Amino acid sequence: MSIDSVFVHKMWDDKELSKMVTGGIPFPMLSDAGGRVGTVYGIYDSDAGVETRGKFIIDPEGIVQGYEVLTSPVGRNVSEALRQIQAFQLVRDSKGTEATPSGWQPGKPTLKPGPDLVGKVWEVWKTDMAF
Amino acid sequence: MSEELGIGCARPTGGPVGEIVEQKEPEKEKLLKEEPTMIKVGQKAPDFTAPAYHKGKFISVKLSEYLGKWVVLCFYPGDFTFV
Repeated sequence: MSIDSVFVHKMWDDKELSKMVTGGIPFPMLSDAGGRVGTVYGIYDSDAGVETRGKFIIDPEGIVQGYEVLTSPVGRNVSEALRQIQAFQLVRDSKGTEATPSGWQPGKPTLKPGPDLVGKVWEVWKTDMAF
Repeated sequence: MSEELGIGCARPTGGPVGEIVEQKEPEKEKLLKEEPTMIKVGQKAPDFTAPAYHKGKFISVKLSEYLGKWVVLCFYPGDFTFV
């Protein structure tokens, strides 16, 4: 979503993005002229009249599980977004009984928070697992 | 004489030049500016509708129509802004 019109979105997809992604961008490119949606989400820069690089992960109930906002020159990391979604999905499937520690990747051990784990995370999680 | 713009990843913008013209802001806008709001994690994502371009067609998208699915909502400064 950006403040550009849907016509500019079409031109960008036709002239450039379709040369990077076969068949063009597969998801809807949303237009937010005036930044009204961006304002509600807190990422509209009214001085510059544009939206910042904000990414919001929204779960199936419509709850915001996480967001990240960057200034213009630095792009986001899709792998990290997918990793976060996989982590949120695991936590959700476990009905909150499991948690994913720093550096967690799919298939790696999770934590099961409870009285037995208090003060003992150091036994099951090492700092090199953060990377 | 026009000077060449240094083009970066921010979308180039302009603005009024010279004396600052006092503008009366509507009360509602003032309130919004005084309280810059960031939405909170763990709370409902504000619903919205927006026009969109999708695979050759112009459509209308409503966030609440995606209930039941995981959604990644991305904002960016503008089309053709490099990053």
